[in-house]
Amino acid sequence: MTLLAVERIKLFTTRSPMWCTLVALVVTVGFAALIAGVDSESPVTIASTQFGYGFGLVVIMVMATLAITTEYRFGTIKATFQAIPNRTATLLAKTTVVALFAGLIGEVVAFGSVGVSKLIKSGADLSINTAFEWRATAGVGLVYAAAAVIAVAVGILVRHSAGAVSLVLVYSQVVESLVALIPKVGDDIQKWMPFYVANKFLTGDPDATGRAITDGPPPSDAVLSPWWSLAYFVGFALVLLGIAIYSANKRDA
Amino acid sequence: MIEAVGLSKRYGRTVAVDDLSFTVQAGRVTGFLGPNGAGKSTTMRMILGLDAPTAGSVRIDGKRYQELHQPLRMVGALLDAKWVHPNRSARAHLRWLAKSNKLPVKRVDEVLEIVGLTNVANRRAGGFSLGMSQRLGIAAALLGDPQVLRFDEPVNGLDPEGILWIRRFMHRLADEGRTVFVSSHLLSEMALTAQELVVIGRGRLIAQCSTEEFVAQATESTVRVRSPHLALLRSALGQEGATLRDEGESLVVSGMDSAAIGELAAAKGAVLHELSPQRGSLEEAFIQLTGDSVEYHAAVANDPAAQAAAATADLMTAGKK
Repeated sequence: MTLLAVERIKLFTTRSPMWCTLVALVVTVGFAALIAGVDSESPVTIASTQFGYGFGLVVIMVMATLAITTEYRFGTIKATFQAIPNRTATLLAKTTVVALFAGLIGEVVAFGSVGVSKLIKSGADLSINTAFEWRATAGVGLVYAAAAVIAVAVGILVRHSAGAVSLVLVYSQVVESLVALIPKVGDDIQKWMPFYVANKFLTGDPDATGRAITDGPPPSDAVLSPWWSLAYFVGFALVLLGIAIYSANKRDA
Repeated sequence: MIEAVGLSKRYGRTVAVDDLSFTVQAGRVTGFLGPNGAGKSTTMRMILGLDAPTAGSVRIDGKRYQELHQPLRMVGALLDAKWVHPNRSARAHLRWLAKSNKLPVKRVDEVLEIVGLTNVANRRAGGFSLGMSQRLGIAAALLGDPQVLRFDEPVNGLDPEGILWIRRFMHRLADEGRTVFVSSHLLSEMALTAQELVVIGRGRLIAQCSTEEFVAQATESTVRVRSPHLALLRSALGQEGATLRDEGESLVVSGMDSAAIGELAAAKGAVLHELSPQRGSLEEAFIQLTGDSVEYHAAVANDPAAQAAAATADLMTAGKK
């Protein structure tokens, strides 16, 4: 508990959490408001309010990466290891705090997006009833938390802010999409890429309400079932974190 | 007490620290002296468990740093004053450090008071001058009221008032029975601050002794003699086996101490106008001992005087990069 408190103090005595929360709110909730306000033809659904979750994901991954790389940048990681020589415990505590915070942002932006849509289109059916609808909203926090773990792990491995942030963003935003272009096997590989699979958890197995596919983020065609998709994504994050912590113990701080 | 045994650190092919063994005793200020690039900081980092030694070990009161429970209560260290997040306030920086070793929050205000940063405690540490950062680093080192204190280049960037303050401060800490280990490439500073010295060059131990001994051993200790009966003295001293050198009107004698020379002069009935032991400075001692092990020589070939001067310039330049 002490270590969690230490990392909580460290995270919230800098300005980055506040800015990240603000930016995440603006890009996701703002996008939901845009869709609800502009698109007058198709009905607003729970799924369509969550179009912006990917933008928020980018913001929280940058926040999570910087939470650890700035420690290397400013040498505070050395002060940390000096105060707490158990590197595994320290890094686990940091990852936990960052992931919890990311999860919280996820829930706020997801329900905020539903809320703002409701304000704009008061007539629309935006009650959250089905398992799919719960996944599409409450699930955002889970995906953000796991993505934050991935970002922290990459940060521990790469150490440099610019390098780690570009790696995380280029991989999640570009590489996974481009994989599909590989002839013949590309599509099959893509179905197993972590962020692609995570998308399945949020958008997979939509309700058979007859809604047009364009009314929400396109459902992922990853092979796993939604909950197995989440498990796969979390598993990927934890393996990466394990490698990162192992390397942090081996390397000089 | 800090005890290093066969400590070595290799980065690829570069040997930063080579089979280094020394002990640092409690109740004294021990200086850790060496030219830039001699391996001082690497050794300091290994003592703190930040870098893993390639071979050998270093123990603090018999324990490896990683084995210490709540290490800030035992070992306080100032390695680099800039190891602070620039957007965090001084108080917040000390608050998380205190929390990590379960130290009471009021201790944060106490150490801020000790180093005189109370008024700026809530300002961003990024806006601090080097001197203020240095004080913040010292505050962090003192947080756990530790028995062992380690400072890496503590006077860097301090104004004269700050230097005096830190010098007195370190003596006070040692007088309280604590182990104080200070590294520096500034010889003049060490001569004033340290009672004991651990001297290294190119990662190897050159000397471990008291500051006085170091100077006495490393510089040829000589006696200057002025007398109207120099010729008489010269032959008498020559018979005793002393080495003599003329320096203007006086004679410089090595190999005999002033007492023996005085007695000899009295026995021979020679009048002495001056009989003064000459002591070398720490700078001379240092250059004599580490002359070979300065890593980055300025390119001056085969000219000992110029080489020594270059080494001195190297050593005396303040900024340590």
